[in-house]
Amino acid sequence: MEMQQFYYDNKIVKKFLYATIVFGVIGMTVGLLLAFFFLFPNLTDGISFLSFGRLRPLHTNAVIFAFVGNAMFAGIYYSLQRLLKARMFSDFLSNLHFWGWQLIILSAAVTLPLGFSTSKEYAELEWPIDIAIALIWVVFGINMIGTILRRRERHLYVAIWFYLATFVTVAVLHIFNSLALPVSALKSYSVYAGVQDALVQWWYGHNAVAFFLTTPFLGLMYYFVPKAANRPVYSYRLSIVHFWSLIFIYIWAGPHHLLYSALPNWAQNLGVVFSIMLIAPSWGGMINGLLTLRGVWDKVRTEPVLKFFVVAITGYGMATLEGPMLSLKSFNAVAHFTDWIIAHVHVGAMAWNGFMAFGMIYWLIPRMTKGPLFSTKLAHVHFWIGTLGIIIYTLPMYVAGFTQASMWNQFNPDGTLTYGNFLETVQQIIPMYWMRAIGGTMYIIGMFILVYNIIRTVRANAAIADEAAEAPALEPITTGRIKGEKFHPWLERRPIQLTILATVAILIGGIIQIVPTIMVKSNIPTIASVKPYTPLELEGRDLYIREGCVGCHSQMVRPFRSEVERYGPQAKAGEFVYDHPFLWGSKRTGPDLLRVGGKYNDNWHFNHMWDPQSTSAGSIMPGYKWLFDNKALDISNIAGKMKAMQTLGVPYTDADIANANAAIAEQAKKIEANLHTDPDYVKSYDESRQKAAARGEAFVPMEQREIVAMIAYIQRLGTDIKVKDNQKN
Amino acid sequence: MFEAIKHNMETIAGVAIYPIISLLIFFFFFVALGYWVFSYKREKIMELSNLPLNDNQNDHPLNSEK
Repeated sequence: MEMQQFYYDNKIVKKFLYATIVFGVIGMTVGLLLAFFFLFPNLTDGISFLSFGRLRPLHTNAVIFAFVGNAMFAGIYYSLQRLLKARMFSDFLSNLHFWGWQLIILSAAVTLPLGFSTSKEYAELEWPIDIAIALIWVVFGINMIGTILRRRERHLYVAIWFYLATFVTVAVLHIFNSLALPVSALKSYSVYAGVQDALVQWWYGHNAVAFFLTTPFLGLMYYFVPKAANRPVYSYRLSIVHFWSLIFIYIWAGPHHLLYSALPNWAQNLGVVFSIMLIAPSWGGMINGLLTLRGVWDKVRTEPVLKFFVVAITGYGMATLEGPMLSLKSFNAVAHFTDWIIAHVHVGAMAWNGFMAFGMIYWLIPRMTKGPLFSTKLAHVHFWIGTLGIIIYTLPMYVAGFTQASMWNQFNPDGTLTYGNFLETVQQIIPMYWMRAIGGTMYIIGMFILVYNIIRTVRANAAIADEAAEAPALEPITTGRIKGEKFHPWLERRPIQLTILATVAILIGGIIQIVPTIMVKSNIPTIASVKPYTPLELEGRDLYIREGCVGCHSQMVRPFRSEVERYGPQAKAGEFVYDHPFLWGSKRTGPDLLRVGGKYNDNWHFNHMWDPQSTSAGSIMPGYKWLFDNKALDISNIAGKMKAMQTLGVPYTDADIANANAAIAEQAKKIEANLHTDPDYVKSYDESRQKAAARGEAFVPMEQREIVAMIAYIQRLGTDIKVKDNQKN
Repeated sequence: MFEAIKHNMETIAGVAIYPIISLLIFFFFFVALGYWVFSYKREKIMELSNLPLNDNQNDHPLNSEK
């Protein structure tokens, strides 16, 4: 048979690897800065684009889509070519994919700190970037499938199935969750509202973890662990079961993020059941990965790459046991909204994704530069400091989560809350936040060691060049099944059919969840007293979204005695019907805000937003001084915003829209009048007027500034169905 | 406590069919999967699991130039 000569494209692998390292450093550094905000809340006082709420999505997006994303692509581009004995389908598409992806990351790094955010977790990017992501993702898919069609190896190894499932599912998830109605170049409203939006968001959020952070990395595990250990995977049969059951079950489990919320019970229970079932495929995969090392455990002692892989796979096992446990309602009641979840996701991100990526980098760079790693010893140091960093990061976060949840739930014998002041529960866990920052610092030091080691390795060795290889062309054989050929072996050499079946597998769970979600809209009991937001409140809500308040404050009172006592009546599904997007949140660094409206007066909020520590001693909330700047709130697009809401089913009348500006002025005047009841306010207001005059600036009255809209929104929260007595707290 | 939200779905006609369909899909999915996996021949499994290991391109003469 004639041998064909060709070259593997190593340069594209190199590009993605370098991008992994660069964005790893950036994503982790932003994370570390965020960790320090818990200790020094006013570290970047007054700088809007460096505030916690805006940087949090930057951290999560940078780690997930830039660091892990680039690592995934590097690993896929390396392994796919070799498993298929073919160069990538198109160099142009490879490079378009690379540069397009980096451009998306860059635009995220600019827009998120500037406050352009949809506020939907891990999908914060605004609609033009969402479209770019979809396009580049398709480029990646065409390139991958094109390569598969031109392969010189008949069978598709299991790793490739994971890559295909990743491509298909992320595309479906991304498109459905990002459906939004644009109101301007960088602002849009989710087409879903309230309960429905929450359900779609967490169907997406959960499966983004599944199909962006898990399945591609499992594919990489099935390639790189056997390569590094130089022996085949423990059980190929198990890997088949692993693949099909994982992708089939994963997609159903999303609602476990919404337990005890206003989501219908049956959907919550469905999420729980499937989450528990997920232990089986997850642990099957973990065991398959670890047992691949049977007989070569001695090499783990000396080979840093294997060390990283072992901890990564162990981390995967821990996170995937913990995940189903956290889906049990009794566990979830404790852990949800606390730092426990932060610990859980960091076991996944730092151990599983981070250490897989590090192992891969240490394995690939010497091979592609045709020389030894600069220092194996430094790689060992990286391993140990990174591992200790993970432990010192996560263990205190578990303790913090458990401690805080216990304090939230503690009652006195007379039936009052023992820690009625939320801040007491925050102060209690500050030492844990210190330890988290130390653990994170160690982990990032390890990252810097990697950077140094890799730079020295690349400098000392040969430049990375394409790699020659040869293999016989595939002889065409029947597309049907050969006599005696079973279904699955046939399927493995038919990539398109395999992809279609994988799509069907994920769509079954997807449809079973999405169809009732669509039906649920018409099945939410409306509450007569729930009215749309006034124009000023709507603008305030957009500020709340811009500042990322949802990163620290939930708007979801769960049906527990402790929460009803602390925050007020439990949340009802009908309250959120006009919330595009929903703002339930997933973490309570500060208290829940669902019923905060009317709890304090306007002056309190005014002072609190300026300097939170002045009204709440020991608070770790940063000030939001830029909301008070001497410039007017931008209401130029209020009509457009209300029209968009109208299109989405919010009952604004045309008269409402026509009168929006007048309504804003009227409501803002009332708030300013309230503010004038505070003599200190009057004094400082006069001073600021004089200052503006001295600087020759036009003075913008307080009623036109952003803070007034923010106060209007906060004072509205939960008041629609609030019981008469809200003095209780 | 759940009274306020519990009945959201019960008004949908025939919603009870959902869990039954789900169970059936699941049962047959895993029966079929089990059958596929165990119908493999041992040699085939060996061949497939060795796919990542039999690329010996580093031995290719064109790669030893540098």
